Amino acid sequence: MQQIFNFIFKNSNRLLFLLLLGISLLLTIQSHSFHRSKIISSANFLTGGVYEKINSVNEYLNLKTQNDALALENAALKSQLFNRKDTTAVPKLDSLKGVKAKDIIVSKVIHNSYNVHENYLTLNSGELQGVKTDMGVINSLGIVGIIDNTSPHYSTVISILNKKSQINAKIKKSNHFGSLIWNGKSTGFVQLIDVPRLAAIRKGDTIVTGGQSVIFPENINIGTISKIYTDNQTNYYTLDIKLFNDMTNLGHVYIIKSKDREELINLEKKEKDE
Amino acid sequence: MNSTLLVNIFRFVLLLAVQIIIFNNMNFLGYISPFPYLLFIILYPVNGNKSGLLIASFLLGLIMDMFSNSGGIHATACLVLAYFRPYIFKFSFGLSYEYQTIKLNDVLTPERFSFILLSVVIHLFTLFLLEAFQLSFFFDILLRTLLSSVFTILICIIIIYLIKPNKR
Repeated sequence: MQQIFNFIFKNSNRLLFLLLLGISLLLTIQSHSFHRSKIISSANFLTGGVYEKINSVNEYLNLKTQNDALALENAALKSQLFNRKDTTAVPKLDSLKGVKAKDIIVSKVIHNSYNVHENYLTLNSGELQGVKTDMGVINSLGIVGIIDNTSPHYSTVISILNKKSQINAKIKKSNHFGSLIWNGKSTGFVQLIDVPRLAAIRKGDTIVTGGQSVIFPENINIGTISKIYTDNQTNYYTLDIKLFNDMTNLGHVYIIKSKDREELINLEKKEKDE
Repeated sequence: MNSTLLVNIFRFVLLLAVQIIIFNNMNFLGYISPFPYLLFIILYPVNGNKSGLLIASFLLGLIMDMFSNSGGIHATACLVLAYFRPYIFKFSFGLSYEYQTIKLNDVLTPERFSFILLSVVIHLFTLFLLEAFQLSFFFDILLRTLLSSVFTILICIIIIYLIKPNKR
């Protein structure tokens, strides 16, 4: 017994080091798996609050660019409104429920990261506004990411500039599907993999979100094709996509709340169980 | 003793705040950012409590992780640096470092520079290794470590010169 105590006293620093190293490595490994621990995220009260304070100061510095972006978006919406082909055709509503199938929550990016391999954003709306995990986040130019963790007032987003992110996307004109990933190299480009060789593609073609995921609605802009690689082993293309969005400069974003989501997920779950 | 404790707590909070508010937003070429918050571990008193340093560095890293959504990579990197700090001292200042009074926040000598260099490189290499978490990014990791180390060391030295006590 005495010897055990002696051993512990003598090596107390080493043991403490190993204990703390174990905890931190565990957190690291957990962070690289898909569902992460909730404690070490910038959506909690302390970090979210600090980021909101910092952001309220930073906001003044890029008020002009944000205003320009919002004005541009307004102009685009106006032109859509005035140039409707048939003024009697009102936008289709989901007639059964009498409400739109998708709801939009307006939110603001209060912290943005883009310099590491796994990037996250922090938004200033949370559970109280109805934000839940796995909702899609977009802005006027294109997609931004997917909600990861939420707290009552804040939420974190897995940016599309994250090695873990994988989003269903398609080529706008031909409807060929692929998966959107990021290779961790440039903040302006993402990659679309697993596009079949049959697809007729050209540089400059537009890539939009596909309808296969419950997270994003169909036909939300992503970017244009800038480079085409062919994989010799498999019969697939890998495409470099130039993003419409400048991920290093994000202001207001929209969180998409799909009303059919629960139903779809439950249905797919049932299918799997059987 | 009490005043050193207070100074260290003050340093802890101040460096974290400066790191989060200013240096985390600095991205040269998109991916090179300086991490001067590890000055806390470098400037911790040489004869100070070692388990205290381990716990403090762990907390320092953990708070950084919370702010940058990175799981435990800063905590691990800080902990590794804190644990190897005595060995780096031994390497840079010679064997009998504990009996000399080493003051790090003073004029830059080759010994002090080699200590800062080694500390920063060890910390950042661990950090980027864990951040990428796969060996296919090895050259990317080395490049990031190299470039970020240069910036971090530069800013560390500037900060040390700025806060250098004048009375002697």
